[in-house]
Amino acid sequence: MYATSYHRASSVDEAVNLRSSHDEGRYLSGGMTLIATMKQRLAAPSDLIDLRHIAALKGITVDGHTVRIGGATPHADVASSAAVRAVCPAICELAAMIGDPHVRHMGTIGGSIANNDPAADYPAAMLALAATIITDRREIPAEEFFTGLFETALEEGELVTAVSFEAPEKAGYAKFRNPASRYAITGVFVAKAAGGVRVAVTGAGSNGVFRAETIEAALAADWSPESPKAASIDPADLMSDMHASAEYRANLVRVMAKRAVIAAG
Amino acid sequence: MTKVTLTVNGRAMSGECDDRTLLVHFIREKLGLTGTHVGCDTTQCGACVVHLDGRSVKSCSILAVQAAGSTVTTIEGIAGQGELHPVQAAFNTHHGLQCGFCTPGMVMTAVDMIARHGGDLDEHTVRHELDGNICRCTGYHNIVKAVLAANEEMQGAARQAAE
Repeated sequence: MYATSYHRASSVDEAVNLRSSHDEGRYLSGGMTLIATMKQRLAAPSDLIDLRHIAALKGITVDGHTVRIGGATPHADVASSAAVRAVCPAICELAAMIGDPHVRHMGTIGGSIANNDPAADYPAAMLALAATIITDRREIPAEEFFTGLFETALEEGELVTAVSFEAPEKAGYAKFRNPASRYAITGVFVAKAAGGVRVAVTGAGSNGVFRAETIEAALAADWSPESPKAASIDPADLMSDMHASAEYRANLVRVMAKRAVIAAG
Repeated sequence: MTKVTLTVNGRAMSGECDDRTLLVHFIREKLGLTGTHVGCDTTQCGACVVHLDGRSVKSCSILAVQAAGSTVTTIEGIAGQGELHPVQAAFNTHHGLQCGFCTPGMVMTAVDMIARHGGDLDEHTVRHELDGNICRCTGYHNIVKAVLAANEEMQGAARQAAE
């Protein structure tokens, strides 16, 4: 790892100020991607601004069907939240499938979505739940937040403080995971709400997380595990790598959608 | 250099290190507690698992400065006076190790797992919870047996204490 300077912020304002005074600095949340990347010398931030000690960034509130999760809330806390489970168990199940127990104790929802790894789990949930990403300066709809591979709408120094969403009538997540990394080779989150059906796919798209409109239409017509089977998914838009070809991923999108509907019940 | 002070196995300890020093290296090299191992260096194997403020973490993926002011428990800190922790005893009884390199991480993971599940553990859950720990002797079968036996033992002790 290259040399770096560590700063511990105790408030959102302090973190944002620290970040703005260090051009080559980075926010450090759980660090489950950033520290590993720094160890490989693929990232070399001059300064790290630690967010783990900012109380305002932590915690979960459920008000009726509105769920708000602080940006520095670890995956393990989402997975074990009885309040969230009562209104949207799918997000708890998703959190419980990220990495391994030790990673879930450190990794955070804000870090996951700000990094926008094309195989990360949370982006699919945020997009399918039509979540709002709350930052230190504005609110961004998930639809506009995830803009490409490791790319988001976040401006330089902008900090994700929380996410919020309305719990849908039904939701489910299914992932075909890479057995070594636990990342999604393909993961599908389905949500059925008053506003319609939304289906988001992670791990497969060549431009990151995306909505599968063909499956949405099929499930809107008939909410059944068999509905995604006939939906057309174009492999031309999907990733191909040593783990799975684009054609295989196209099939996995349909199969994971089926399993997600079964999980949603 | 930054001075890092933290409570390790119940004792306040401190040492000087670079901000980039990983917690596992700080524990091993500055504090001299070499029970915590570095296995893979890529955050996958779990040989470096310690408890940070009561939760299992991979100490190779955390900076020592991040842990400053926190409470850390390492494999050296779980046994009682002259007596193995029930998880350590179960690994011994059930031969839950071959070369032993992964064992500190496995034991720390098992202690955390049993605490979180409050005794409600089955083989499937144990195997799922061991996702972050790799044994290259592939001795998982006996490790799972040891964790389940330790869980039984600890629940029995808890029941007795309650009665």
